[in-house]
Amino acid sequence: MTAFAELCRRDLRLALRQGADAAMVIAFFVLTVVLFPFGVGPEPNILARIGPGVLWVTALLAAMLSLDRLFQSDLDDGSLEQLVLTPEPLSTMVLAKCLAHWLTTGLPLTLVAPMLALLLNMDGEGMLVLIGSLLLGTPVLSLLGAVGAALALGARRVGALVALLVLPLTIPVLIFGVAAVDAALADLSPRPHLLLLGALLLAALALCPWATAAALRQAVE
Amino acid sequence: MAVTMHRFANPTRFLRLAGAVQPWCVGLGVACLLGGLYLGLLRSPADYQQGETVRIMYVHVPAAWMALFVYANMALASAVALIWKHPLADIAAKNCAPLGAGFTVVALASGSLWGQPMWGTWWVWDARLTSVLVLLFLYLGYIALVNAFDDPTRGAKAGAILALVGSVNLPIIKFSVDWWNTLHQPASIMRMSGPTIHASMLTPLLLMAIAFTLIFVSLLLINMRAEIAERKIRTLRLAHGAEG
Repeated sequence: MTAFAELCRRDLRLALRQGADAAMVIAFFVLTVVLFPFGVGPEPNILARIGPGVLWVTALLAAMLSLDRLFQSDLDDGSLEQLVLTPEPLSTMVLAKCLAHWLTTGLPLTLVAPMLALLLNMDGEGMLVLIGSLLLGTPVLSLLGAVGAALALGARRVGALVALLVLPLTIPVLIFGVAAVDAALADLSPRPHLLLLGALLLAALALCPWATAAALRQAVE
Repeated sequence: MAVTMHRFANPTRFLRLAGAVQPWCVGLGVACLLGGLYLGLLRSPADYQQGETVRIMYVHVPAAWMALFVYANMALASAVALIWKHPLADIAAKNCAPLGAGFTVVALASGSLWGQPMWGTWWVWDARLTSVLVLLFLYLGYIALVNAFDDPTRGAKAGAILALVGSVNLPIIKFSVDWWNTLHQPASIMRMSGPTIHASMLTPLLLMAIAFTLIFVSLLLINMRAEIAERKIRTLRLAHGAEG
C-alpha cells in the first residue's frame, strides 16, 4: 500500500513540477468548447440542446491528449523496468499511475466543465448531473487509456495510434454520460444512467489494470 | 483438445495440412458461391414489399455474420497465442484482421446500397449499423497496432491483448448502442419481422454463408502460408548475411 501511495505521489509531483501538460489539457478543453458557438451559431436553444454532447466529446478528446506521457517517460528513463521488477503486483502499480493521471486530467476537467456548461446555457440541475457523470466517467477514460498507452509503447506515431485504439472503446462511457445529463435536462431521473456509468467504472477498475500490466510486461521484455 | 491443438501447432505439419486442405476449400467455396448467387439472384422470388432489392440480402447478411465470426476467431487465436505462446496462433490472429475488416466494409457498403431504395437514405444511425461501424474501427485499430512496431513479434503480442480487450468490450458497446438508439430514435424503420423466411430464400442464404466461410478459410490459409514463407526468407537472409 505504501508503494501505491508513493508511486501516486511521485507521478503527481512530476506532473505538478512540469505543470504544462495538465494545463495544456484544460486549455484544449476550454478552447474546443468555445469554438462550438462559432461553428453552430450563438442561439441559446441550440447550444443548450447540444451542450452535454459537446462537453462530453471534448472532455473525451482532451483526456486522450495526455495519454502518451503516461508510460513513455518511464520507459525512456528506465523506471518502468524497475516498476515491473518490484515485488508489488504490477496491476496495483498501474492503478496508482491511473489514479495520478486522473487527478491531473480527469479531475481538473470535471472542475472546469460547469463553467463551460454555463457558457453553453445549461441549467443548475443539469450542471450537477454533469459533474456527477464526469466524476464517474473520466476515471474509466484514464483506465481504458492506460491500456491503449501501454499497448502502443515503443510504436511509431504513438499519439494518433492511442486515440485510434481507445476512442472506440470509450463509446459506452460517452453514451451513458451524455444520457445522464440529457435525462436531467428533460426532468427525468438520471439515476439509471449514473448507475450504469458506475458499473462501467467498477468493471474497468477490475479489468483494465490487469490488461495494462500484461501489455507493460511485453513492452519491457 | 489442447493436445490435438498442440500437434497442429507445429508449423511444418500445419503447412502440409494447409496445402492439402486449401484446394478443397477454394473449390468448394467457389462452387457454393456460384450456386448461392445463381439461386439467390435468378431463382429465388422477389420480396412482395422490397421487390428485387431484397437480393442484396444474399451478400449483406453473410458478410455481416462473417464480420462477427472473424472477430471471434481473432480473439480466440489471440487467447491461444497469449496462453500457449504458439507462433502460428499469432500469425492466424494477425491475418484474420484484414479479412474481417473487409467483410465489415462489404456489410456496411451493401447495407448502405440496400438502405437507399428501402429507407430513402444511405445511412441511418440504427443500433445495428452503428455497432458494425464501431466493429470496423476496432478492426482498424488492431491492424494499425500490429503494424506499428519495427519488431513484428512485439506487434503481434500487443495485438493479442487488444483483441481480447475488444472482445470483452464489444458486448458492452453493443448494449450501450442499443440503449442510446432507443433513447434517441422513435420506432425503428428496420425490423426484419413478418413471416419466417421461406426455403426458397433460406437455401441461397445458407449457401452464401457457407461460401463466405470457405472463402475466408482459404484466404486465411493462403495469407498464413505466405507469412510463414516470408519469415523463413527473413531468417535465411539473416543467416546468410551473418555468414558472408
